[in-house]
Amino acid sequence: MNKNLRWKIVLIVSVIALSVWSFYPPGQKVNLGLDLKGGVHLIMRVQTDAALRIETDTSAERLREALNIAAVQYTSLEVSSPTEFAVEGIEDDQAFRQVAVDADTVFSRSEGVGSYTYTMRPNIASQLGEEAVAQAQQTIERRVNELGVAEPIVARQGAADQILVQLPGVTDVDRAKEIIGRTALLELKLVEQGPFPSEEAAMQAVSDVVPPDMELVSGAEDVAATGGGTPGTVYYLVRRVAPVTGRDLRTSRPTLDENNLPAVSFTFNQDGAQRFGQFTEQNIGRGLAVMLDNRVFTAPIIQSRIADEGRITGSFTQQEAQDLSLVLRTGALPAPMDILEERTVGPTLGRESIEAGVTASLGGLALVIVFILLHYRVTGLNAVVSIVVNLSILLGMMAYLGATLTLPGIAGFILTIGIGVDSNVLIFERIKEELATAKGVRAAVNAGFDRVWWTIVDTHVASLISAMFLFQFGTGPIRGFATTLTIGLLANIFTAVFVSRTMFELVLSRRPQQQAQVLSI
Amino acid sequence: MQIFTNTSYNFTRWRWQAAAVSLVFVIAGISVIVSRGGLPVGIDFSGGTIVVVKFDQDVTEDQVRQAVGPIPGEEVVQQYGDAQDREWLIRLALTDAVEDGFSIDQGSQQILNAIEGAGLPSFELLSREIVGPVIGADLQRRGLYATLASLLAIAVYITFRFRVSFALGAVAAVFHDVIVTVAFLVFFGYDLSLNIVAALLTITGYSVNDTIVIFDRVRENMRSRRRDPLDDVVNLSVNQTLSRTVITSGTTFFSVLALYLFGGEVLRGFAFTMLVGVVSGTYSTVFIASAIAITLSQRNQPLAASPTAAARQEAKARPKRKTRGAKAS
Repeated sequence: MNKNLRWKIVLIVSVIALSVWSFYPPGQKVNLGLDLKGGVHLIMRVQTDAALRIETDTSAERLREALNIAAVQYTSLEVSSPTEFAVEGIEDDQAFRQVAVDADTVFSRSEGVGSYTYTMRPNIASQLGEEAVAQAQQTIERRVNELGVAEPIVARQGAADQILVQLPGVTDVDRAKEIIGRTALLELKLVEQGPFPSEEAAMQAVSDVVPPDMELVSGAEDVAATGGGTPGTVYYLVRRVAPVTGRDLRTSRPTLDENNLPAVSFTFNQDGAQRFGQFTEQNIGRGLAVMLDNRVFTAPIIQSRIADEGRITGSFTQQEAQDLSLVLRTGALPAPMDILEERTVGPTLGRESIEAGVTASLGGLALVIVFILLHYRVTGLNAVVSIVVNLSILLGMMAYLGATLTLPGIAGFILTIGIGVDSNVLIFERIKEELATAKGVRAAVNAGFDRVWWTIVDTHVASLISAMFLFQFGTGPIRGFATTLTIGLLANIFTAVFVSRTMFELVLSRRPQQQAQVLSI
Repeated sequence: MQIFTNTSYNFTRWRWQAAAVSLVFVIAGISVIVSRGGLPVGIDFSGGTIVVVKFDQDVTEDQVRQAVGPIPGEEVVQQYGDAQDREWLIRLALTDAVEDGFSIDQGSQQILNAIEGAGLPSFELLSREIVGPVIGADLQRRGLYATLASLLAIAVYITFRFRVSFALGAVAAVFHDVIVTVAFLVFFGYDLSLNIVAALLTITGYSVNDTIVIFDRVRENMRSRRRDPLDDVVNLSVNQTLSRTVITSGTTFFSVLALYLFGGEVLRGFAFTMLVGVVSGTYSTVFIASAIAITLSQRNQPLAASPTAAARQEAKARPKRKTRGAKAS
């Protein structure tokens, strides 16, 4: 055996050893996709419009306040779209422009007759939208981590406002969606009037016009407030501006209220505590609305100065209290979310799929091996070895890269077997042809490999091109297929050409007699 | 053991007949697609809901159908997998009132409530897929772009490595395979899903792979047989690679058959697509890709009189000149 050959064999054996070491034991080291393991796959969209609307609303409110303070007259100030508001009936243009100068950084202004329309600058709008999506992603990541899901994926994908969430092993979709998708915006606002038993009653109290600094919100059913008997939704008129919100929270945890019912308690950070202390001190004896996502949960009367702690009570189950404290702890989403796509695979179907996929792969492999050995006899061993080495490199690389094995990925294994067979057959058939020209075994083997080399390169490059686009196009499972196919193709160039050739050389070096029977092709 | 030894079937002579057969298939395929009102896209592309449940006792299709009947919109009820598994797939098309907050799961709730309410045996929810219209349209577009872009990239590669007429031949063969395969899918009632599009993309890869093997041989033979007309060279090349073509297609076909038979319900559509595609891809390489390459090539006219069969044999026995790919070793 010459030195060159020995080094090749050492290289091949170490590649095999490294691969096997990477994926063994496969149960632990190979990641299974959602379709095999079971789990939830969600594509969510951040309602960036809502985030822009909040900015526009705030700016409009600020302008209204400033105009009121400066006593500038106008007839109306209305938000007309998520990125636009208009002021009409301005009498003193000079004074208005002086007061409204602040809005110009975010909005561009177009002038009408005694009116101005403010439109959010496009670069600011896209920046705000981008921030909202990034913030939503971070919030969802925190929530998913708190849920304790192993190997979750939270990633931006597709269109700019979409977020992909994959939760392997999670099967309670509804709870997962509730936790991930809940806006969880906590606001503490002053109750101006209420509770009212109906919307009409509330409107009557303000003679059908809600004052600009107040808003009408619905509350949880409160039997006491509606005067016994009929449980129903109640309504409150609350101050628009919230002195403290969920952003001022330090932490929150599930707890029990005085009746031993599940509740959620929270504490403020230093800044929030200071503001809340001041606010409660000034408003002793009035109602404090504890609002979550624009709905009043409780509205206790402020008895004394409260510094740093609050509590949300309501008719929670233990689980609900736990989940609510989780979402409060991890912060509010910057905007509501839509679910665009949802796929859930139960653990049973996943297990069945694995069994079926593995059976099919092994069945296909067995068929191919039997055929190759029948057709090429001893030389067929060569092909079988190179295919098996290819599969172990494939598994090893997948484990090493942390790639996910999906059901279409298993199909990728089968295709890799097919490609491996193809390359070997190409080479063997070519060697056979070269033998027919009576050159001698060694020359025929060399010529066979050399001539087929560029064919193999061309076919593999073409397949890699389609795998690349497949990866680009695909979501979860299909990406798994593209990944498997790509690694399989690359490994095949090594095994079908290098490993197989080394084996030929090994056989020929042991049997120097140059006879075609050595190969039994 | 030899399958084919020194065959000399005249494949290229049959190319017009083959083209006619393919044309019949393609036209039949397109008319099947048109007659059924366009491509039958699954929920991945059209949006909608699929719920798969497993009952713990036998139920009949009528029972399931009746249970979900009252749900607005059109329902599809199918046995999923073997009858003994008692698994059923229920599909709802996209309704109007979706994409508003969490309500896209409304359809699946309706299905589950309907089955529970109908007094059927108790069941387990195996899987649930809900695709909204935004994603559906998005996937449709991306699927189309990915297929076209990958074909274009492959065509550029073949042009670069071979010549333009070969690239056109390969791409025509791929279009042929995709249309024929889709026609079979429509005919056998499969809906286009993500997995099936993946299989179609795989077929484009496979078909091109097959074509390149023969083109590579044609290129090599063109160097040693400068005086032969292209169709003779192509014919020789197809014959020389015939063993390989049959063995590879055969083993791939049987591996995919194993996938079709034992791969489970989820992969059945994928495997079926591959089965049809492998057969079509092999056929199109021999008859479509080569035929178009010959027809479009300017070098079709023989530069000298066509050599006799004896001369051809002699040429074959001559030691071949070193090709571009042959490394000195």
